[in-house]
Amino acid sequence: MATGAQAWTEEFVEAAGVSLQMVKGGSGAPLLVLHGELGHQGWLRCHDSLAQDYTLHIPSHPGFGATERQEWIMNMRDLAGWYLEAIDDLGLQGANIMGFSLGGWLAAEMATMSPDTFNKLVLVSPAGIRPPEGEIYDMFLAVAKEFLTAGFYDTASAPEFLDVCPDEVSPELAEAWDIAREEACRLSWRPYMHYLALPNLLHRLKRLPTQIIWGRNDEIVPVSASQVFNDSIPGSRLTIFDNCGHNPHIEKTDEFLTTVKTFLSS
Amino acid sequence: MFIGYFTERPYQDPKSGYFGATGKPIMDLDVSNDIYDAQLGANLYNRYLDEKIYAEEMGFDGLMLNEHHSTPFCMGGAMNVEASILARITQRAKIVLLGNIIPIWDDPLWLVEQLAMIDMISRGRLVSGWVRGTGRESVAHNVEPHYNWERFKEAHELIVKAWTTPGPFRWEGKHYHFRHVNPWVRPYQKPHPPIWLPGVVSRDSLMWAAEQRIPYIMLATEMEPTKQAFQLYHDTAADLGYESGPQNIGYLWKVHVDETEELAEQAGRKYVQGPSNPFLAGNEGTTNQALLQLPGLTSRRRVLPTQSVATAARGGSAGPGGVLSRPYEQQIEDYTIICGTPKTVIPKIRHVLETIRPGSIFFWDGDGAMTHDDAMRSLRLMGQEVIPAVREIAAELDLPGPFEVDPATGQPYVADPPSPVPAGAVGDGGDS
Repeated sequence: MATGAQAWTEEFVEAAGVSLQMVKGGSGAPLLVLHGELGHQGWLRCHDSLAQDYTLHIPSHPGFGATERQEWIMNMRDLAGWYLEAIDDLGLQGANIMGFSLGGWLAAEMATMSPDTFNKLVLVSPAGIRPPEGEIYDMFLAVAKEFLTAGFYDTASAPEFLDVCPDEVSPELAEAWDIAREEACRLSWRPYMHYLALPNLLHRLKRLPTQIIWGRNDEIVPVSASQVFNDSIPGSRLTIFDNCGHNPHIEKTDEFLTTVKTFLSS
Repeated sequence: MFIGYFTERPYQDPKSGYFGATGKPIMDLDVSNDIYDAQLGANLYNRYLDEKIYAEEMGFDGLMLNEHHSTPFCMGGAMNVEASILARITQRAKIVLLGNIIPIWDDPLWLVEQLAMIDMISRGRLVSGWVRGTGRESVAHNVEPHYNWERFKEAHELIVKAWTTPGPFRWEGKHYHFRHVNPWVRPYQKPHPPIWLPGVVSRDSLMWAAEQRIPYIMLATEMEPTKQAFQLYHDTAADLGYESGPQNIGYLWKVHVDETEELAEQAGRKYVQGPSNPFLAGNEGTTNQALLQLPGLTSRRRVLPTQSVATAARGGSAGPGGVLSRPYEQQIEDYTIICGTPKTVIPKIRHVLETIRPGSIFFWDGDGAMTHDDAMRSLRLMGQEVIPAVREIAAELDLPGPFEVDPATGQPYVADPPSPVPAGAVGDGGDS
C-alpha cells in the first residue's frame, strides 16, 4: 500500500479497442506487470521498490477491475492474442514483463506467441501447466478469502497480507473479487488453470531470458510445476524460496526483489 | 387440471441418522460416496419405481422425475434411465421430466436420442422439461457456469431442431458443433414432445418460457411470491400478444395425506428429516458458500421474488448466514406443506388453487425420511378421495391443464385430446 505521497497514478488508456484501466508508477525502462486471478492487489512494497528503477505498467486485464470484459475472449490464448496487440498500441514492445499466477500463465502464452516482443520475462508462481505432482487449488470451490489465505505459508508473518485480504472486506473489494473470479472462471474453468500444449510451446522462449520464481510451500500451484517450466524453457533460471507460499512478492519481499532486480539488471 | 406426483428420491439410510437433519449434517459436495450402500441403493431405486406404478393406478396424470448430481438428496443422476423404465412399466400417465439439465451435457444429441426413445417406448407419453441446474451440477459435470444460460438456449435450439428437421444437417454453434445430425429415432409425438420449464430463481428463464409459450412450473415456492412470478409470466405473454392462462403455469408443493391427523403429522414432519436437501425448507443442510458464489451462473441482478425463499442452492444472497430454514409449523401455516386427512387436506388444496390458479399441480410426497408405507398410504388416499375432489374444484374454478388448452395458443383442443398428446401441444410454439 502506498506510504506517504502516492507513487502511482491510475488512468484509462485505449488499447486494441478496449479502454484499459492502467496503474502506472516509477521511472526508467518499462516493466509490464500482469496481475493474477483476483485482479490487481494494490500498490505494494515490491512495487514501490521496483518503481525506483523501472516504470511499472499494471493494467487490469479485460474483465478484471474496471476494464470491460470482451465476450469473444473465451480462453487464455484468446486473451494473450488480444494483449499482444494492446502491447503494440501501448508502445510497450521491448519491455520487461512480469506475471503473477494467472498473469504468469498469460505472460508465458504471450511469450510463446511472440517472444521477440519482450526484453526479459519473470514468471512468479505461474499457472498454465498441469503439475506432475499435486493439483492446482480449485479457486472456484472456495470463497475468495479462503483462496487468498491458502496462498500464504504463514499469513501472520506476511505484513502485507491484511492489505490484500483484510479482515473486514469492503463491499467494493467483495465486488472486485466477484468480478475477477468470473473472468478467471471464463479463462480457466476447463481444463482448470492449464493448457496441455504449453510445455511444448515454451521451447520458443529459447532466446528470451526468463526468471521463474516459486514458493516451496505453494498450495495454489504446486512447486512441482516449476520444474516443468524450467525444463521447458531453454536457459531459464529457477529460484525457489523456502517457507513461502503462492505470493513470494508479499511473503519474501526482500528475497523476491533481490532476485528480480539482479535478473533484470544482469 | 393436470395432476402429477413427485418425489425427489432421497438416498435414505434406514440405519437412521447417519446423515441429514437427524444425523451428521450435510454440506453440498462435501459427502463422500464412500458410504454408499449398494443393497440400499438397489432397494430404493426399486421402491421409487413401485411407487410410481401405484401413483398411476391411483389416477395421477403425470409421474414427475428430476435430476441432480453428486448428492444424496436425489438419486436421479441418470433420470432418463428411470424414465425409460417407466415408459415400459406404466400404461397411461405422462412421464414428466423436470428436468433434464441441458447446459451440463457436451453432447445434447445424446439427449435427443434418449428422450425420443422414451417417447417411442411410452407411445407418446413423454413431457420433456429443461433446467439450468445449480452450481452443484455445473461442478459435478464440470461445465462452465458462466456459459450456463447460453448453453441452455443453444442446446434447446439444437434439440428441437434435431427432433423436427429432417437430417442430416450440420450444427456449427458457439458451444456445440456437430458435422452430422441425423438421429435414427424421432419423437412419437409430432412435432415433438411438450417442453416445460421448472424453476425457482431466474427471471431470465421465466421470461424465456413465456416467450416460448412454454408452461412454467414453480417448485415449492411460497404462495405470494409464486403468484407474483406467475403475474410476470402473464404480463410477458400479454406484451407478446397472447393470453396465457392456467394451462401455462404449474405449481409443485408438498402434500401428504394420511389415515388420521396423528399419522399425517408424524409422516409430514419427515419432510424436514432425512438427507438434507437444499430444496426442502427446514432441512437444507449446511450452505456451501463457494457453490453459492460459483461465478456467472445466475445473473446477480435478475432473480425472481421467490428466490429469497426458494433455495440456497443457486447464486445470490440467502440472507444472514445463508439460512433459509423454515420450521415445519411455519410451512404448515403458509401452505407450503399441506398434510392431514383427506377431509382437512382438500380445503387447503382449494385455497392454493384459488390463490395461484395453476393448470398443473404436482404433489411432492414420500420425501425426506418418509418410508415406503408412508408414501403408499398417502397415494391410496389421494387416489380414493383427493384427486377426484381436486378435479371437481379445478373444473369449478376453471383451471384447464396444458392438455386441455394449448399453452401456445390459449385455444382449447378440439374434442377429447387423444392419447398420445395431440400435435400442437408443444412447448416451442413461439412462432405458431
